Amino acid sequence: MTFNISTSSFRGPVGRMGGYRDVTGKVFDWEIMHLLMRYLKPHRLAMAEALFWMLAGAGLALVAPYLTKQAIDVYIANHDLAGLAQTAGLVLLCYALAFAAEWRRRIVMNKIGNRVLNTMRGELFRHYQELSMSFLDQHGVGTLISRMLGDVGVINELLSQGIISMLSDVVVLVSIIVVMLMLNARLALLTFTVLPLMVITTAIFSKYARRAYRETRMRSSILTGRLAEDIDSMRVIQAFAEEGRMSNEFEEVNRANRDANISAIRLAAIFSPTMQALTMLSTAAILWFGGRMVEGNVLTVGMIVAFLNYTSRLFQPIVDLSMVINTWQAAMAGGERVAQILQLEPAIIDASDAMEIEDIEGQVEFDNVSFEYIENTPVLHDVSFKIAPRQTTALVGPTGAGKSTIANLLLRFYEVTKGEIRIDGIPEKRITIESLRKQVGVVPQEPFLFPGTIAYNIRFARPDASDEEVEAAARAANIHEFVTGLPLGYETQVLEGSANFSLGQRQLICLARTILAAPCILVLDEATSNVDLRTEGLIQDAIETMLHGRTSLVIAHRLATVQHADSILVFDHGRITERGTHKELLAKDGLYAHLYKTQFLKPEVEA
Amino acid sequence: MNVVLRVVRYMKPFWKLETIAYLCMLAINGARLISPRLIQRIIDVGIGQNQVDVLATSVLLLLGLTVLQGIFGFGQTYLTENVSQGVAFNMRNELYRKLQSLSFSYHDHAEGGQLLARATSDVERLQRITGRGVLGLIDGVILLIGTTIMLFRMNPLLASLSLLVMPIIILIMRFYLVKVHPIWRLRQDQTAQMTSRVEQNLRGVTVVRGFAQEHAEIARFDEVNNSIYATSMRAARASAFTMPFIVFLAMISTVVILWLGGNLVVSHTLTIGALIAFNSYVLQLVNPVRRIGMLLTVLGESRASAERVFEILDAKSEVENMPNAMPLGDIQGEVTFDKVSFSYLGGKKVLDEISFTANPGQVVALLGPTGSGKSTIINLIPRFYDVSSGSIRIDGQDIRDVTIDSLRNQIGIVLQETRLFGSTIGENISFGRPEATQEEIEAAARAAAAHEFIEAMPDGYKTGVGERGETLSGGQRQRIAIARALLMDPRILLLDDATSSVDTDTEQQIQAALQRLMVGRTSFVIAQRVSTVRQADLILVIDSGRIVASGKHAELIQQSGVYADIYYRQLQPDRAAVPSEVTP
Repeated sequence: MTFNISTSSFRGPVGRMGGYRDVTGKVFDWEIMHLLMRYLKPHRLAMAEALFWMLAGAGLALVAPYLTKQAIDVYIANHDLAGLAQTAGLVLLCYALAFAAEWRRRIVMNKIGNRVLNTMRGELFRHYQELSMSFLDQHGVGTLISRMLGDVGVINELLSQGIISMLSDVVVLVSIIVVMLMLNARLALLTFTVLPLMVITTAIFSKYARRAYRETRMRSSILTGRLAEDIDSMRVIQAFAEEGRMSNEFEEVNRANRDANISAIRLAAIFSPTMQALTMLSTAAILWFGGRMVEGNVLTVGMIVAFLNYTSRLFQPIVDLSMVINTWQAAMAGGERVAQILQLEPAIIDASDAMEIEDIEGQVEFDNVSFEYIENTPVLHDVSFKIAPRQTTALVGPTGAGKSTIANLLLRFYEVTKGEIRIDGIPEKRITIESLRKQVGVVPQEPFLFPGTIAYNIRFARPDASDEEVEAAARAANIHEFVTGLPLGYETQVLEGSANFSLGQRQLICLARTILAAPCILVLDEATSNVDLRTEGLIQDAIETMLHGRTSLVIAHRLATVQHADSILVFDHGRITERGTHKELLAKDGLYAHLYKTQFLKPEVEA
Repeated sequence: MNVVLRVVRYMKPFWKLETIAYLCMLAINGARLISPRLIQRIIDVGIGQNQVDVLATSVLLLLGLTVLQGIFGFGQTYLTENVSQGVAFNMRNELYRKLQSLSFSYHDHAEGGQLLARATSDVERLQRITGRGVLGLIDGVILLIGTTIMLFRMNPLLASLSLLVMPIIILIMRFYLVKVHPIWRLRQDQTAQMTSRVEQNLRGVTVVRGFAQEHAEIARFDEVNNSIYATSMRAARASAFTMPFIVFLAMISTVVILWLGGNLVVSHTLTIGALIAFNSYVLQLVNPVRRIGMLLTVLGESRASAERVFEILDAKSEVENMPNAMPLGDIQGEVTFDKVSFSYLGGKKVLDEISFTANPGQVVALLGPTGSGKSTIINLIPRFYDVSSGSIRIDGQDIRDVTIDSLRNQIGIVLQETRLFGSTIGENISFGRPEATQEEIEAAARAAAAHEFIEAMPDGYKTGVGERGETLSGGQRQRIAIARALLMDPRILLLDDATSSVDTDTEQQIQAALQRLMVGRTSFVIAQRVSTVRQADLILVIDSGRIVASGKHAELIQQSGVYADIYYRQLQPDRAAVPSEVTP
């Protein structure tokens, strides 16, 4: 006996609002569905199993009320205590089996869902590793992360829960209706008269509730956004002494959030009792008409109980079905966004005849290279130069002249628009990307460290390096002393944003990382930021050690670097305007001489 | 004070609504306790004894009761939400004001994300517990007691056997949550870890690809990703068992009622209607009882939330108005540092006996390596921090004797990290003086060389600034910040003359705007470029919290080795400067 008269509360369009999302797109899209089904395919067997348990549970749920009816009408009425005990035992068995089926169903479904989630995330991450730099520049980290968290999440919800529960709802609904009609068609039809009312009520409430809960989510995200922004800007607010006004503005945002929540709850507070009243209406109909039929000896008391029982399970599926549409919509929208990313071809891939390079000499050649990040906005025009093995070339020029682009192209982060880059005479496009980048080391201008230990960061390019090698690299980068001075030494954690290390220390760790990678060719973008004089000396020293014996391309900001370079290329507006050694260029008295005088003056050397 | 009592105090202003909500709850429980008896009457008397009038009146009564229950249910839900939303509203306002009043030293140590989480999710948790939470708990307890009394009066033996599962349900629910909560939290941490992995991978993309480490990164990602799977399954296994099992327990109760009750009906100690009523009583109790188990657990967590919220509310601000603080009147702008020392909370000394005087209208350039104390000097003037010893005087008045607002209203600040708000450009410029007219705003923008690009935007001054000012370039944001400071027309100006990566033209415009800004104001500049120090009236070279040299450029370049070193090595030239102008 599972009916429950007065307090059946409904998980309704309002009660379960968390499931609603702000989507107003397509409910179904074959193309996206096709993509999504690909993820379910490996789980066909599990899906079948889940479906089996679902049907088994639904079937058992139908049997129990019937057995109960038999117990009342046959065994209790006929004082057959043995029969009663037997039936009670059967009912108990029914419930036990239903419990087992439900338990299995949940486990299987969760397994499928979490597996799909796991696979999709892994696939997205792998894809992110190959997508072009320009794509990453355009889309931003936040968007790419939310694809992996939010969008994949809603897709998974549909695949693992939505489809099966929709089937389950339909099966339960239809079979209850059939059973009731079979038991007593007249009473069944009388009971069903409330069904249309329920459907209409649910539909109306869904509509309003969707709007109301969209409003609460909007208000809540405005509130969070506002708080985040203001907490971040607290210093500015205080600096301008605008606390009073900002408090009042916040209060408005806060109030709007409160009011939206209250009016959404008001809907829920109306919906649930309305549905209860409708349920009670059908209960009353069963009791009244059923009661009259019992008196006419057309019906038994047990049958009334069975009817009450079935009726109590009839309505939840209706409410649930009205919500499924939201899950579909959200999943389609999420699927579309994920598909857009997955369908993107990586811009730079190995050519079919690409070869591995190893033990190279280190000759670098740019042959008439032109490049544009955005179409028709060239950044480099016909740049040609050659660097002999183990020579250092300094790139000099104003910001935006194209120096960093040279570095990006050498590493093949972007593909040249025209011309060719060659390493040891081999065109870059014929070298596998991985082997190319193993040979070309990079020190970015902004020292970037990953969260993890110092050792982890130094070892980044060569995860298999021994502790001794890590230490040797750190020594060469002048950071060993500092690291061993820390309580945890090389095991010290780098916090997110590397906030626990100074800029200079971070630069040194990055140098150690590159030294350990031992690349044959080096691209160094010198930092421009001010660090204290001692650290500056350490950095200079480490850089000199590192450049030694390597083909190097240095985007130079320091005088010492330029002076020691074997050759200097002066860039202006995407072209090489001057080239030569320090002395030669000074003699020319052109852009270099000007930059030199204004940018890298150091009297000791000069005087 | 007791944390719980303190939370309850937030409900006090709403005590009338709260009382009505609880009365509604009592009325609903009354109806719930009567309904099964009505059904019993319908079956035993109405149907069993064939009394149509009893059948009719009872069915109508049942319907009436449902309507009443609906009305009271609406009242209960709606009023409770009103109260708890009101509590959250007040709490958030209070938190916001408190955060504004806390000085920089608090914000230096507090993590923005943490503060945000407290003002959003912790407050939300308290909102839920002060509303539906406590009400649901009391509701469950009352229904449990009421049902127990009713059932025992009907048949003690059947009552005790069928109610046996209730305490078990409470215990299982509690046990489940105690077990599963750490798993949920673990999954949350792992998800955060995964997010951070992806984020760092994407931010450090040049390093990852530059060193060809994509495969290693994928392996690391897979590790986190798989651990999330394992954790999710642990949680799933626990809930996949518990939820159906609780339903099963309730069903055992109904089987007991059917079998034992059936026996009692046969022996005429129970009517068939009573048996059905028994069944309804037990079933309507299951959900409220499950809720009791849940709420008992959640209550403990809300306590932690409350503690986190109160921790902010109880924080002491280092910088506060003196009880007898007077507003700072119109000033000339003379700024004196008198043996000022400063150390951040518990840290080592950042400034050590700094003394100097800036005359009205002078430009003071601060030079020194990162971490030398330059920014600290600037932060002390608007009292973002208070000095540890010594004093700072403006026109001879100790800045601790005047009200903070009046002090800060006379100071304009343009720092390198330009914070703009998510409103319009115009509103950002008038941030410090919301009452400024459009003409004044435009004049300030013109002086800051910002008017042209603003006008060129689709909505001009009404153009929205994207979240964190992302739709604007660094140079544009900087100029808006300059206009914002100009509009304040402050007597004292604090600024950083660095120009973030902008093209030469823009840089010249910004430099020119900064020059205009400084005219006639006492200015403190964290100097990054040659032109600034060359025209400064007073240069302070700071190293490790001390002034190691001070004077004008012409003197210092001759006398101070440290100055010369910084000048040549670290200052940026003015790109447009004619080479011959540059010394030496």
